[in-house]
Amino acid sequence: MIRLDRVTVRYGSGAHGIAAARDISFTIAAGEVFGLVGESGSGKSTVLRAVAGLLPHAEGIVELAGEAMPRRRTRAQRRLLQMVFQDPYGSLHPSQTVDQALAAPLRIHGLREGERRIAESLREVGLGPEHRFRFPHQLSGGQRQRVAIARALIVAPRILLLDEPTSALDVSVQAEILNLLMRLRREHGLTMLMVSHDLAVIAHLCERVGVMQHGALVEQTTVDALAAGTVTHAHTRELLESSARFERDR
Amino acid sequence: MSGAGLRAWLLDPVPASRRQARIGRWYRAALAFGGNGLAMAGLLIVLALVLIAIAAPLIADPQAATLQSLTDRLQPASWAHPFGTDELGRDIFARTVFGARITLTIVALVGLIVVPVGLGIGLPAGYFGGAVDAVLMRLTDIFLAFPRLVLALAFAAALGPGIVNAVVAIALTTWPPYARLARAETMTRRDAEFVQAAVLQGASRASILFRQILPLCLPSVVIRLTLDMAGIIITAAGLGFLGLGAQPPAPEWGAMVASGRQVLLDQWWVATIPGIAIFITSVGFNLFGDGLRDVADARGA
Amino acid sequence: MTAPPLLTVRNLRVTYPAAQGDIHAVRNVSFTLARERLGIVGESGSGKSTLGRAIMGLVPRPGRVAADELRLGAIDLRNLGESGFRRLRGRRIAMVLQDPKFALNPVMSVGHQIAETHRAHVRGSARAARRAALEMLHAVRIRDPERVFGLYPHQVSGGMGQRVMIAMMLIADPEVLIADEPTSALDATVQTQVLAILDELVRGRGMGLILISHNLPLVASFCDRVLVMYSGRVVETCGAGALRQARHPYTRGLLASLPELDHRRDVLPQLQRDPAWAEGA
Repeated sequence: MIRLDRVTVRYGSGAHGIAAARDISFTIAAGEVFGLVGESGSGKSTVLRAVAGLLPHAEGIVELAGEAMPRRRTRAQRRLLQMVFQDPYGSLHPSQTVDQALAAPLRIHGLREGERRIAESLREVGLGPEHRFRFPHQLSGGQRQRVAIARALIVAPRILLLDEPTSALDVSVQAEILNLLMRLRREHGLTMLMVSHDLAVIAHLCERVGVMQHGALVEQTTVDALAAGTVTHAHTRELLESSARFERDR
Repeated sequence: MSGAGLRAWLLDPVPASRRQARIGRWYRAALAFGGNGLAMAGLLIVLALVLIAIAAPLIADPQAATLQSLTDRLQPASWAHPFGTDELGRDIFARTVFGARITLTIVALVGLIVVPVGLGIGLPAGYFGGAVDAVLMRLTDIFLAFPRLVLALAFAAALGPGIVNAVVAIALTTWPPYARLARAETMTRRDAEFVQAAVLQGASRASILFRQILPLCLPSVVIRLTLDMAGIIITAAGLGFLGLGAQPPAPEWGAMVASGRQVLLDQWWVATIPGIAIFITSVGFNLFGDGLRDVADARGA
Repeated sequence: MTAPPLLTVRNLRVTYPAAQGDIHAVRNVSFTLARERLGIVGESGSGKSTLGRAIMGLVPRPGRVAADELRLGAIDLRNLGESGFRRLRGRRIAMVLQDPKFALNPVMSVGHQIAETHRAHVRGSARAARRAALEMLHAVRIRDPERVFGLYPHQVSGGMGQRVMIAMMLIADPEVLIADEPTSALDATVQTQVLAILDELVRGRGMGLILISHNLPLVASFCDRVLVMYSGRVVETCGAGALRQARHPYTRGLLASLPELDHRRDVLPQLQRDPAWAEGA
C-alpha cells in the first residue's frame, strides 16, 4: 500500500544543505501498521511528511496504492491518505467549530449526506452531539485529538499517518486514543504509518518497526524482535535500554 | 418564545443546528462586549455619531449649515445658535451636526479601501514568501518610508482638493502597516498544523488563504482599524485644516477648526466646538476598538 | 530519618479566584522532605506544578497560597513576601524547569549566567565565579567546560541546556532542589544521562530533591518516595519500589493504562475516574 524508494529530503542547497532523510526505502502492506522510531532530529517526521506529500522538494519515489505520487497530488490522490498530528492544540483551526472542521473536507471532495457523515464520524470517535458546535479551546486535549481523527477519517482514506498522536496527552488519555486507533484500524482495515519516540506506544499499535538515526533508516525489525531484544543495530539497542527505566549505577 | 426561553436557546451548550450555534456564538460575544463598560461607552459614541449623521436634517436645519449671515457673525451661544456662529455667521451647531456625515464618510471609505488592500498585499506576501514577498514588501516599505501627513498632502495636492481625493490620499498612506500586520499574522500561521491538515484534505491555495488564514488575520486588522480611526479623523481634519480636504462651504470639522484659528482668543467656540467633536469621535472609536480586542483575545485564548 | 526535615508542608492550599467560584488548584497537601528524592506524579491539572511553585513563592497573582505550616528548615515561608523569597531562591531552594530555552537569558553566554548566579549568592571575585562556573559545568559532565562556557543558549542542545540549567541551579549549594519535568522535553537516551547527573549531585551534596513529573515509571525508578496527586490532592504516598503494589485505584489505573513493550495487550484498560477521588476518598 505504501512503498518508498530512496526518498531523500534535503534542506538548504549545495554544500550547506543538510539531508534530513537519506535514501529511505521501505514497504508497508495493505492493512499493516508500521512504526518509525527515533530520537528528535532523526528524520522520522520528515519521512512521514514526505509520504504525506507535504514536502514537494522530496526526492525519490513515494508510491501509494500502487501509484507513484507526482510532485503535486490531485484531489483524489490526497483523499487516499490522511494524517493525525502531534499537537492537538495546533492541528485544529482555533476559530472553527468541530462542525466546521468536519464539513470542510466534505465540501472539498464534494461528498454528499454531510449531516449524516458528520454525526457518524463524531459517534465513531466517541464524541457526543454536544461537542459538534464547540471550539477547540472548549475541548480537552484528548477530545481535540478525537476531532482530529474524525476529520481524517471523514473522507474515508485508506491510509492514516500518525505523527506522535499521543505524546502530548496524559497517559490515561493516551490509552483511550490508542484503543480508539486500534478499533478504527480493525473496523476500516486502515493501513497506518506511525511516528513515535515511545517504543512502548509503537509496540502497542504496530507489527513492524523502522529505526531511524541521523536521517537514515538503520534497521527494520518486528515488534516481537523488539520485545525479545533480538535486534541487530546498536542504536536500536540503545533506544531499547533507555526506554526501560532509570537504572542507578550503584 | 419567552425571554428566558430565548436566552436558554441562545446559550444552549448543545445547539441543534448550525444556525443556532452561530447566533449563540454572536450572542455570547455580545454579552462579553456588553460586560465591558468602557467598550460600551465607545460603542454608544460611535452609534450616536452614526445616528446623528443619518438624522442630521431632523436635528438641524440643513440650510443653516451653509447659510451665511454676516450680521450674525461670531455670535456666542444663544437659543437661536446653541453653539454660536462662525466668522461668516453660519450656525456652528448645524455645521457640527452635518460635519458628522463628512467625517463618517471619510472614515468608512478609508476603511473600505485600507482593509482589502492591506490584506490583499499582506496575505499573499506572508503565505507565498520568496519573490512574491520581496516585491510586495518593498512596495510597502516605499510607502512606509514617507511621513504620513506629508505623503497625504502631496497626494491631495496632486489630485486636487476635495473629499474623495482626501480619502484616497489618506488610504494610500494608511494601508502599509496593515499589509505588514497581515503578513506577520499570515507567517505565524502558514506552517501551522491545521494548515497542513487542510493541504492534506486537498484544499486549494486560495481556499487555505481565504478560509483558514484570513479569518485569523481579520480580527486584528479590523481592530487595528478602529484604533486607527482616531488618527484617520485627525489626518482628515489636518487636510481640511490645510484646505486640501472638503472644500468650503462644506462643514468639515478640520476646516472648521482652521477657520476658527484666527479668532481663537476672543471667540473660542468657533474652533473649540468642532475640536471637541473630533476628540469625542476619536475617543469613541478608540474605546470601541479596545473592547473588540478584549472580546477577540478572550475568544482566541 | 531522625534529622529535622529540610522542608515541612502541612495543609498547603492554593486557590485561584474565578467568576464561577474559587478554583482549588492544591488542596490540603502535607508532606515533609528529608535528604531524599521525593517524586510528585500526576496528570495535567493535578496541581503538581502549582505545588512546586507555591513552595518557591512563585504562584502568580491572583492565586493565593495558604498553609498551616510551610517551613524551609527553620524559616517560615508563609509570610515571607517577594523580597524574602528572592533572598532564599537559588541559595537555599532552587528550581529546574522543563524547557531551559525559556529559563536562560538568550543574550548572555551560559557560562556567564552561571558565574553571575554564583556572584549573586556567594560574594567573590569575577575570577572565582568563573572558576566555580567551570567546575560546575564539569560536575554536570560537560566534557569541554571552557568551550561551553562561551556558548549562547541557542547554541546548546536540549540535553546540554538542561545540564547547564542544573549547573546554574546548584552552584549556590541550595538545600532543596525542585525539578519540574526536567527531562520531559529530552530524548530517552539523554533523559537517562541528565537524571544520572541529577542523582549524583543530589546525593553527593546531601540535598533534598523534589522531582515533579507525569511519568510514573520514571519517577518510581528514580525516587525514594512518591506522592501521587489527583485533582489537587495527594491520593497516595508510597515507597517508590512499592509502586506496583499501589492501593489507590487512580494509581493502579494509571499504571495499567501504560502500554508495555514486553507485555502487549489488545485493549489497554482505560481509567474510570471516580468523583470521590477528588474529595479525598
